[in-house]
Amino acid sequence: MKQKDLILYSSLIILGLAAPYLFSAFKVQLTYLCVLIVLAMTWNLQGGEMGYNTFGNILFYGLGMYLTASVQVGMFFPLAEWTESGGEKTFVHTTAQYFQGIGVGLLVSAIVPAIIAGAIGYAILGLRGHYFAICTLGLGIAAGEIAGGIEIIGAGQGFTTPPFPAEIVDTEARGKFFYFLSFALLIGTFIFVKYIYGSRFRLILNAIRDNEDKAEAMGIQTMKYKIVGWMCSAFFCGLAGGIMGGLIGYIDSTDVAFDGREMGVFMVLMAILGGKGTLWGPVIGATLFHFFKEGLWTLILGWQYVALGVLIVVIVVYFPEGLMGWLREKYPERFGEVIDEKDRKAQVELK
Amino acid sequence: MDFLIFKAPMLMVQASLDGILLGILFALIAYGMALQWGVMNIINIAQGDLVILGGYIAYTIYLWGIHPAWGVIISPIIMFFVGWGLYKLVINKVVDRDLFISILATFGIAIVFQQLMNFIFGADVVVAQSEYGTTMLFDNSVTLPNSKIFSAFISVLYAVALVIYMKKSRLGRAIRATAQNARAAKILGVDTEKVYAATFGINAALCGIAGALISITLTLHPYVGLPYTVRSFMIVIVAGLGNLPAVAVSGMGLGLFEEFADYILGTEFRIGAVFLLLVLILVYRRFKLSKKREYLK
Repeated sequence: MKQKDLILYSSLIILGLAAPYLFSAFKVQLTYLCVLIVLAMTWNLQGGEMGYNTFGNILFYGLGMYLTASVQVGMFFPLAEWTESGGEKTFVHTTAQYFQGIGVGLLVSAIVPAIIAGAIGYAILGLRGHYFAICTLGLGIAAGEIAGGIEIIGAGQGFTTPPFPAEIVDTEARGKFFYFLSFALLIGTFIFVKYIYGSRFRLILNAIRDNEDKAEAMGIQTMKYKIVGWMCSAFFCGLAGGIMGGLIGYIDSTDVAFDGREMGVFMVLMAILGGKGTLWGPVIGATLFHFFKEGLWTLILGWQYVALGVLIVVIVVYFPEGLMGWLREKYPERFGEVIDEKDRKAQVELK
Repeated sequence: MDFLIFKAPMLMVQASLDGILLGILFALIAYGMALQWGVMNIINIAQGDLVILGGYIAYTIYLWGIHPAWGVIISPIIMFFVGWGLYKLVINKVVDRDLFISILATFGIAIVFQQLMNFIFGADVVVAQSEYGTTMLFDNSVTLPNSKIFSAFISVLYAVALVIYMKKSRLGRAIRATAQNARAAKILGVDTEKVYAATFGINAALCGIAGALISITLTLHPYVGLPYTVRSFMIVIVAGLGNLPAVAVSGMGLGLFEEFADYILGTEFRIGAVFLLLVLILVYRRFKLSKKREYLK
């Protein structure tokens, strides 16, 4: 690792660790930011690197949310009686039970979505281009509609996640706990994605994006790598969902968990805004988007979805390459690309 | 699950008739989808929201005291210009690009439309009363609202009129030429930009008719557009582009599926079943094609 990188990463980690103390009032927003970055980075593995534009990662996010909460409740109390359908009885988690529950819940919410991604991957990833996009869109919405009809997880009434143990007197503890949890997830995801960016796996994903038939002809078992890539995304999306469920404290099938209209679009938008197919693009895109959203949302109350829709159209139509793509075009040397001046001139003349 | 439908045969007749009449309406929306997909090669996620907007236009004239059935004439005229404007604003910039760009851009348009309709018409479920009464069949055991029969009849009428228009008129021939080969059509003097705008306008007008019919047969709500988009997408991928009889048949099939899913699984799973059917159809076709080492294009 170069010294410059070392300084950058260590200062970012110190900033991240200090953030909840520096900006004590914005802990929830910072937790959101970490989760958004994780979602954008994992979406980028499909949409940016593999060329499979998915709307379906929201499926794993929502699944993780429901799984974490269900396990956390179900480990100690009967789940059917917790939710609305069973009379919404009140059970109180002790401190130890709460943390044990959320620990096991997060573990389950990482592994089960990854397994599900592997199981449906063979069928779904055989579709290409826009068929894949529409199919995953359908999958995410179907999951939300079906979850809204299942009684044991609260059906349409929603699911209240266990409240933070009351024995901990420190009022800041809840915010800090979820912030550090999401920050740990962010660091884990970043290290993982950075590892992928330096590996042969990324080259294979890029080959699939650029020309899948040729990649197959070169002897790459594309299906295997596509499924593994999707499973990696599902793993981190599930974890992100689990943390978000605990933070929000209430799970609704279509408005919180399988929220294709917000989260499902946000992750695509953030990755495109920052620049698809780059390591830092989704991070920058998610940060910019979050600041924009939090800053503007309250100013234009009621009109935020109109603004969101217009933003989507403007970004997609005018900046499909994103911020990093724009920088790359402007300063190609910084990205390690060498440009042959003669060749460039010749191409300009041809135009 | 509820298997009442298998115990009472009359319920089955009821579901079948409802499904077929509803399916004809879906087929009309799907025909617009197939038209723009075939000619301009874009997938319009905002299709369902155009339908709902058309419905709200009919609902508005109903509030003014005019019979909502006039909506099937007024709504398409207004929607044609809405579609034309939409094309000039956004769609013309995504026509020649990657399909995913058109999906995302129209997704953005869909969100804007939903929210604006929410502001203008409110978030309540509304329906325009046509007061056509109902027809009773088989000793009053099957009830059919006359508005559903009316809507199926109008749908067929407009579809036939459009087919004839596409075959005979100058614009229709220009549209078909552009669909076959846009570049060649351009060389032969067809103003493809105008053709694209007209195609999108016609699509929006079809959505307007369907919306006006939905306002008297079903219910309207600002956020129920997406299921209509998915239904029309599903019908188009089953039937193929530009195959009108197949569009009609698969539309009716979808209507039947929905009504039976409604009875068997329960109303809360109805929309879920539609979206799941889309996934299953795509996966089925993918496995069928992969035997020939091909994939959906």
